Amino acid sequence: MLTEQAPKIEVRPEFQSSAPEAAREKVFELRDIEVLYSGVSAVKGISMEIGRNEVTAMIGPSGCGKSTLLRCLNRMNDLIPTAEVKGELLYHGEDLYGSGVDPVQVRKLIGMVFQKPNPFPKSIYDNVAFGPRILGRKEGLDEVVEKALRGAALWHEVKDRLKDNAFGLSGGQQQRLCIARCIAVKPDVILMDEPCSALDPISTGKIEDLMIELKNQFSIVIVTHNMQQAARVSDRTAFLMTELDATEHTRWGRLVEYDVTQQIFTNPSDKRTEDYVSGKVG
Amino acid sequence: MSAASGASAPRNRLAVAGARSTTEAMLRNQPRGDVIRNAIFAGLLLLAVCIALAGLLALLIQAFAKGSSALTLDLITNPPSTAFPDKAGYRPAIIGSLQLIAGVMLFVVPVGIGAAIYLEEYADGSRWWNRLIEINIQNLAAVPSIIYGILGLAFIVRGPMDLGFILAAGSLTLALLVLPMVIIASREALRAVPDSIRQGSLALGATQWQTIRTQVLPASVPGIATGVILAVSRAIGETAPLLLVGATVFVTFDPTPFGSDGYSAMPVQIFNYALRPQEEFQALAAAGIIVMLVVLLAMNSFAIWLRNRYEQRW
Repeated sequence: MLTEQAPKIEVRPEFQSSAPEAAREKVFELRDIEVLYSGVSAVKGISMEIGRNEVTAMIGPSGCGKSTLLRCLNRMNDLIPTAEVKGELLYHGEDLYGSGVDPVQVRKLIGMVFQKPNPFPKSIYDNVAFGPRILGRKEGLDEVVEKALRGAALWHEVKDRLKDNAFGLSGGQQQRLCIARCIAVKPDVILMDEPCSALDPISTGKIEDLMIELKNQFSIVIVTHNMQQAARVSDRTAFLMTELDATEHTRWGRLVEYDVTQQIFTNPSDKRTEDYVSGKVG
Repeated sequence: MSAASGASAPRNRLAVAGARSTTEAMLRNQPRGDVIRNAIFAGLLLLAVCIALAGLLALLIQAFAKGSSALTLDLITNPPSTAFPDKAGYRPAIIGSLQLIAGVMLFVVPVGIGAAIYLEEYADGSRWWNRLIEINIQNLAAVPSIIYGILGLAFIVRGPMDLGFILAAGSLTLALLVLPMVIIASREALRAVPDSIRQGSLALGATQWQTIRTQVLPASVPGIATGVILAVSRAIGETAPLLLVGATVFVTFDPTPFGSDGYSAMPVQIFNYALRPQEEFQALAAAGIIVMLVVLLAMNSFAIWLRNRYEQRW
């Protein structure tokens, strides 16, 4: 279904995805999502739709709840006992927080790459094979590992030392290993929580290229502090901002604007977005 | 600005000269009182170290001086004897101690690690009952061993379990005694595994149990093993609770785990020899102490080596 997309990435991705709204296939539909920690809202009133085979970026100042929102999407917030999610979150039309939905199954379909590379203290091979193994997919493991490493543009750097400990890799390689580990499970969506914030510019560039490559097979949602990064890799951008109540005692994140990336960066409709992307605030 | 700086130039120079001389004075003249206080304090700290080491050193010298004559193979292979102190040894006590430790490990490894996993990975630390359990485990680790002996006597030898004065009852009592140590050490080892590893595993669709079994436990094995070894080496040296749960001081046959004829252990046998007035038995006791010290030092060194060699650095 994706063959019509150009394999070469000459064209800025945002031009490819300006498809008419109706034609967009939606992975997530968020309706009035609110996330609370111990009864205090971290984000409130988030409604947005995340398209399939797109890179969706979430930008905004620190503490605006980008990561919180991202962690809702594969139910990682369930790991925090005091966290609570309100509103409706549909994944391919299915309520992600509905009764009977197993968060473990959710996370098999919706993978995650974290801010700090977190390889397991095992060999490179075992890192990538971990996901398939726990899912009981033990046949053709070698091919799966190779394919995942190729997919993460790491194969040529590590093919001769698959048995070496993953801790011996550089930070950028470790992060690509984490991406390989994630795609070895063959998820549907990959969530990335500031995946380049601990990396140097060259490694960052490699991972950005990778994201554009990977969106042919996966839908990607990325949280980033780096506005240039959002502009470079994403099709659509959501801008979140902290909002204060009248007494200025409580604060929460709010979705200010969500649009095609080019629109957000060149012609935003909200003044606050304009101020933020032009560097006047934040 | 330039006019003002021109007018204040002499004053500036004065201020700079003043500051410089103050700095010089401060750098050169450290008050004598400080120097002496420093030296005294360092000396006191060194003395503290020496006192701590002197105890061990005195023990070793005394044990070697007295016991070296009795350090023969007979010491390990022969049973105790009141009639022939020159032939007497520790055989039943050594076998008893080995069986006791095996029993302790059998009990303490699964239960201690299990409890640690529950407390560290599953229990919600914000609940009051979990905090209560935590505090009590810390308390248990500080309970005197004789009290565990009484507990063993009342609940394991007699009372609900009613095992009688058998070696397995001694094992269980010692296991209860060192269980808090194992739990605390295992919890620390589990806590040393960063959360990012757990999250990475869970984000791949692993269940919590798969995450613990395949990531958290393997990464914490060195720490847990170290804790278990240290706990066991404590159990080897315990005497008081064993006396209460039936480690008879004089056993001339090889004990069995469930035999009701009695059993002995190294420290109990040493205690027995040491109580006798004859010179030969004193030498036997000293030789026994050497054997135990060697075993304990070896175990503790192994634990330290294990920790340094295999501990995962994050």
